[in-house]
Amino acid sequence: MEFFHKQTNFPFMATRKVWYGLSAALMIASFVSFATLGLNYAIDFTGGVSIDVKFPTAIDVDKVRAGLTNAGFHEPQVQSFGAREVNIRLPPVTETGDVIRERVEKALSGVASSAEIGQLEVVGSQVGAELRTSAMWALGFTLLGIFIYLALRFHTWRLSAGAILAVIHDPILVLGVFSVTQTPFDLPVVAAVLAVIGYSLNDTVVVFDRIRERFEASRRLAPALALDQAINQTLSRTIMTKVVTAIVVVALLFLGGPVLRGFSEALLIGIVAGTYSSIWISSAVALDLGLKAEHVFPTVKKTAVDHLP
Amino acid sequence: MLEYARWKFILVGSVLLVALILALPTVFGQAPALQIARKDRANIDTTAQASIEKFLGGHNATPVRSVLEGNRLTLHFRDVPQQLRARDAFNNEFAQQTYVSALTFATRAPEFFAKIGLRPMSLGLDLRGGLYLLYQVDVTRAIAQVLDSYEQQMRRALADSKTPYVDVTQVTVGGGGIQNAVRVTLPPNADADAVRAVLAKSAPDLALTTTTLASGPAVQGVLTEKQIRERQDNAIQKNLETLRNRVNELGVAEPVVQRQGLDRINVQLPGVQNSAEVKDILGKVATLEFRLGDAQNNAFEAAQRGRAPIGSKLYKMRGTGEPVLLKRDVIVTGDQLTDAKTAVTQEGPGVAIKLDARGGEEMLKVTRVNVGRRMGVVLIEQSRETVTVNGKPVTRDVTKQEVINYATIRGVFSNSFNITGMQAGEARELALLLRAGSLAAPLIPVEERAVGPTLGQENIDRGVNALVIGMLGVFVFMAIYYKVFGLVADLVLLSNVVLLTALLSLLRGAALSLPGIAGIILTVGMAVDANVLIYERIREELRNGVSPQAAIRAGFEKAFSAIADSNVTTLIAGLVLWVFGTGPIRGFAVVLTLGIGTSMFTALMGSRALLTLMYGGKRKIARLPI
Repeated sequence: MEFFHKQTNFPFMATRKVWYGLSAALMIASFVSFATLGLNYAIDFTGGVSIDVKFPTAIDVDKVRAGLTNAGFHEPQVQSFGAREVNIRLPPVTETGDVIRERVEKALSGVASSAEIGQLEVVGSQVGAELRTSAMWALGFTLLGIFIYLALRFHTWRLSAGAILAVIHDPILVLGVFSVTQTPFDLPVVAAVLAVIGYSLNDTVVVFDRIRERFEASRRLAPALALDQAINQTLSRTIMTKVVTAIVVVALLFLGGPVLRGFSEALLIGIVAGTYSSIWISSAVALDLGLKAEHVFPTVKKTAVDHLP
Repeated sequence: MLEYARWKFILVGSVLLVALILALPTVFGQAPALQIARKDRANIDTTAQASIEKFLGGHNATPVRSVLEGNRLTLHFRDVPQQLRARDAFNNEFAQQTYVSALTFATRAPEFFAKIGLRPMSLGLDLRGGLYLLYQVDVTRAIAQVLDSYEQQMRRALADSKTPYVDVTQVTVGGGGIQNAVRVTLPPNADADAVRAVLAKSAPDLALTTTTLASGPAVQGVLTEKQIRERQDNAIQKNLETLRNRVNELGVAEPVVQRQGLDRINVQLPGVQNSAEVKDILGKVATLEFRLGDAQNNAFEAAQRGRAPIGSKLYKMRGTGEPVLLKRDVIVTGDQLTDAKTAVTQEGPGVAIKLDARGGEEMLKVTRVNVGRRMGVVLIEQSRETVTVNGKPVTRDVTKQEVINYATIRGVFSNSFNITGMQAGEARELALLLRAGSLAAPLIPVEERAVGPTLGQENIDRGVNALVIGMLGVFVFMAIYYKVFGLVADLVLLSNVVLLTALLSLLRGAALSLPGIAGIILTVGMAVDANVLIYERIREELRNGVSPQAAIRAGFEKAFSAIADSNVTTLIAGLVLWVFGTGPIRGFAVVLTLGIGTSMFTALMGSRALLTLMYGGKRKIARLPI
């Protein structure tokens, strides 16, 4: 089986203005969402209490919320996972885990006969703030490391700039979707976003590798044509790899349980965004920055000053 | 012609063989188990083993396997509910007396593997259930203790030398924010230098300076930053040690107690469930003081006046609240204790105490001349409590000092004696706390995560399910897309998972978490990439009319740079996560990083070797099934 039996010849570069527009629109939408809705930070970052409860039968979320409010819990957030499982989030408290567990068990005993607490987490607000800082550092260092790598790897800043734009583009889209859907943003999601940064570049690098090869084959090749050829020649591989990765991520999404839901969603969105940006954005940016064969293979300049005495 | 060096075949073969053996214990899986040990750490004999098994059988919790290794008995159970049933029944029957039990997971692999040192991957708390606690060490308290002791020494030195002074106080010098100095304020016209000389003897390691304040001259000793840092470090080290001792006393299987960052300690207790008792014991700052009773004065009068006579201190008796007067001078403190055990005495339950040589000497000196008088044992407990002041919660330290025993000295004793006057449960807890040592600075819990045992098992099932289904999906898809070459890729993927499992079982520090399993699944997806890059190259070469064998060779050669390049970026992200992540996230990072290495090895060397075996040599190949 083959996706494309013959070598494809899509004119990706010709339509690049359309894709620039789409990307710009998505970026703006993401930023508007950050500004208005913000991210739904999980207790990892805000501090507070998170409790997973499993009921023997299907349960009404509103009832759980009412039960907790009646028991004196201030603004409990209750979210359901499947019919029988709920996640309860409470703002930071001064009580210890046992006390909260007891109070919640008591409050829920009025709602359903036997509720089982699976997981209980208490994160101090100080720790939450620190985790947020260290997540930012992790993000910063990953980007820095990748920038340095790209600057060293490709001899021209035009390719590096294209790759960097893609690297920033993809995680912003992931966070944008998380902001719009208000999916809880926790530590595993940060890990997924970093993995997305790594993966999204993976395609871009493979395409760039091929661009170098095209120019090597013929330096006279028109830049736009060389880029189109490079993308077309790697297209099968790009799609194939992403389909396979998507298969496993979808398995994680549906079978991995609530802990990994956000993580798998972030990866899935990231894979789609990464594929899109490496086909339509990163090379196009390099072209518009004036990429030519001699940038990839600098011609040896003759020294201006001769060394004869 | 398609060839591959012989040493490379041997390398690939032997690496995979070793990996397979290392990964085997993990493949057998782990069973929910109960680990049982005697409280006195003596060996368990087979008779006791049989009677425990029989007892559990009577409670519908017959162990499916029972392994006795010296002083540890591990009972395997069919499932988690049965394990919990067994734990409850066992604790009701035995735990108060002879045994401690701990929930754990034990490998299903035959004992043979353990004998040759092969163990399965260790599982994180999210997979096996347990309690994770993060404590902040209150290091400012450790500094306060140092200042307290300097203050005491200085007051004593001033009194001994009959030097007149106004006051001794603890003050903040410089912009540190915490109190870091002891200051002796002197009356006007006092000779500050002479006082400094007197004080220097009492506090030789404190740099003393003289200053002039508005009220008159003063001598002060400021802790250097180095001294403060050392003291804080010591406090954290001491706390780590104490916590380890306490955790060991609790009887938890495979606990982890480690320092995290500057002033935090994280404690991981697999199998421990929401146990208020555990946290109580871990966080308790308790120490003992032995003081002689004050026979000259009446304690009730002192209590009415609300003030103790000079040279004495007023305490309350535990339980009754009766006032007790004890001498200010401490005979022996808890630091000089070498052992503490519960004991049954004529006066009821108690703790048998053993002191070190110096403590024993002091005790001997005091008891020799004081037979017939009374001695008090003071238990000092520090805790934190949160109270609401003006609608805002405020946390404050509370120090509780109670006399737990006030008895007549019946004879001369030195380093070995009993203290009584408590319930059986209290005696057990006190003995444990004394044995484990006291904390050098209070611990404040800042993070707490508890995962129930059934949820842990569920997480394992979910992870394994996702792994199996995801891999099957990839296998089928690859086989359809690349035919025979797809099957080769599938074999390579499988060996990649085996290799990764082997590496993870070797790395004892990194426990497998649910995100870690996700990392393995993701690695499977990503490892395909290398194969895809190679195969697409081979197809391209074939399309260009290159002969099959040359196409395979060219495919591997030309795809190499793309494979290496595309993995570097993921490697960067993985390494950063490894450095910044903690707990489950670090587990993910470890898997991600190792996975890059194993997938490159298997895809580049493993599949090359396999394809060379299939299509190599001087055979004539007309077409490749790709």
